[in-house]
Amino acid sequence: MKRFIGFVRKEFLHIFRDWRTMSVLFGMPVAQLMLFGYVITNEIKDAPMAIMDPSHDTYSMDITSRLTSSGYFLSERNISNHKEIEPVFREGKVKIAVVFPNNFIQQAQRERKATIQVITDASEPNTANILASYTESVVLKYAMSLQKSSGMGIRIEPKMMYNPTLKGVYLFVPGLIAMLLMLISALMTSITITREKELGNMEILLVSPLKPAQIILGKVLPYFLLSFSSAVLILLTGYFIFGVPIVGSIVLLLAETMLFILMALSLGILISTVTSSQQVAMMISMVALMLPTILLSGFIFPVENMPEVMQWLCKAMPPKYFITIVRGIMLKGNGLDVLWDETLVLSGMTLFLMILSMKKFKKRLA
Amino acid sequence: MEHEKVINSAPVIQVKNMYKRFGSFIANNDLTFDVYKGEIFGFLGANGAGKTTAMRILCGLSSPSSGEIQVAGFDIYKQVGQIKKNIGYMSQKFSLYEDLTVYENMRLFGGIYGLTNKEIKERSANLLQMLGFENARNTLIKDIPLGWRQKLAFSVALIHKPKIVFLDEPTGGVDPMTRRQFWEMIHETAAGGTTIFVTTHYMDEAEYCDRVSIMVDGEIRVMGPPAELIQRFGVENMNEVFIKLARAKSTEL
Repeated sequence: MKRFIGFVRKEFLHIFRDWRTMSVLFGMPVAQLMLFGYVITNEIKDAPMAIMDPSHDTYSMDITSRLTSSGYFLSERNISNHKEIEPVFREGKVKIAVVFPNNFIQQAQRERKATIQVITDASEPNTANILASYTESVVLKYAMSLQKSSGMGIRIEPKMMYNPTLKGVYLFVPGLIAMLLMLISALMTSITITREKELGNMEILLVSPLKPAQIILGKVLPYFLLSFSSAVLILLTGYFIFGVPIVGSIVLLLAETMLFILMALSLGILISTVTSSQQVAMMISMVALMLPTILLSGFIFPVENMPEVMQWLCKAMPPKYFITIVRGIMLKGNGLDVLWDETLVLSGMTLFLMILSMKKFKKRLA
Repeated sequence: MEHEKVINSAPVIQVKNMYKRFGSFIANNDLTFDVYKGEIFGFLGANGAGKTTAMRILCGLSSPSSGEIQVAGFDIYKQVGQIKKNIGYMSQKFSLYEDLTVYENMRLFGGIYGLTNKEIKERSANLLQMLGFENARNTLIKDIPLGWRQKLAFSVALIHKPKIVFLDEPTGGVDPMTRRQFWEMIHETAAGGTTIFVTTHYMDEAEYCDRVSIMVDGEIRVMGPPAELIQRFGVENMNEVFIKLARAKSTEL
């Protein structure tokens, strides 16, 4: 045991003396979360808007004021002619134009049907889409309030469960945890083990009385502890800075996190048995682990919208299950009664990878 | 004369009819030799002659296909754990962890070999004193010149007072002056009763050994004290002995 403790201490010294490793462990989680939380956001604020309102009646003015007071739009221009629309878009002065017809109120009252034209700058398709749907919802709400006062019509009252304000951070925190744990656990372990091989240190360790299992465990244990603290750091940052709640059991959340770390560590060991070069280990980890974690896990792109083949591929990716679990616990407050099947799949994958990696590691020694 | 001293003492490595096969390729073909306590045994051969394979077997890194082998009095098949505790190992490739200090390296390997904290302190102080290196105790290895690192690595391989030290081309890439000093250390260590099992490419170094064996194509072709071999082949030095053996090999082909 004492042999082992000395060996683990050495591994910690390696990590603490290498500022690159340290910054990946603790700088990266916070930096990523800030990036995803503040920069990469789907929410739109103060989009410049042009209004053309020849009618200038109570309805059209009401709608205009509702649009500008929503916070989404900023009334940038009032235009009076259709010909002015194209130039303001081309100059990039506005992102959206709202055009009322003549006699808007008359059309609405007499024919019960009035059309507002919404023009958006679709050179940025996402923004265009969002702006159009924001406008639609503001107008719809107004139309409904009119119907309500006249005592008729159907009301739709959407409620956004689990993330009422549709914050992007809610989506990113679980995905980020998965991504960073993959990065730290799998990538860093595969690199640290291959580094030991590259420098010829592995031979020395294998000649020593340390058992192969002790060597692997000693190399991996520090990364287990550090990636776990890194995950906690993300949760804390999410909670205190972005207000991402943890509705469900924290104990369950942390336990599932440990399970995922074990899985990623096994992957790291497995990669290190395939190659003895740090470069190759890094390449494999990046391409084979990071990309699927980002693209095929439901982190950003919903799995349900992918072609069937891709969906099957996603089902083979451990991060997909982990992200589902973390979202379930953090946002919906799910317990094991709901998440047992994902947990089971993840446990199975972990066990499989652990056995495989240990077998391969031992085989390489013989 | 020097080898009379060793012949009389007990063997610490006994190898009898050792074979190692990789499929149809025979890397070690019927090796038989003994190495004695306090002896400096040079294990020579061209690249691919099979010396690394044999050395890996003796260190417990790989198992032989057949043969009776004892290292430090323990059986290679059943007592690998005991063997590992009683041997030290150093290779050209490795010279300590660069991001750890001299003392941290010593503490690490002392710990791995099961020394107590007190023993580690005493041994490392001793070793540093022998090297005249007390001031560098807390210096990172990467700040120490290469030649010194090699000497330190040798000391660290001795920290647990092993019965046998295996040196795998220990002086590769080291300047002649340092090589000389290194061999002085080897001689001092052997005089203390530790057996040295060393592979090398440098034939002048072979002459520092008490006895050498030269492997060709997986077999030990000749074995004996360097002076005797030089005489037997009627040449000037070990380098010529080696060349003669290599020529013999190419005429066979």
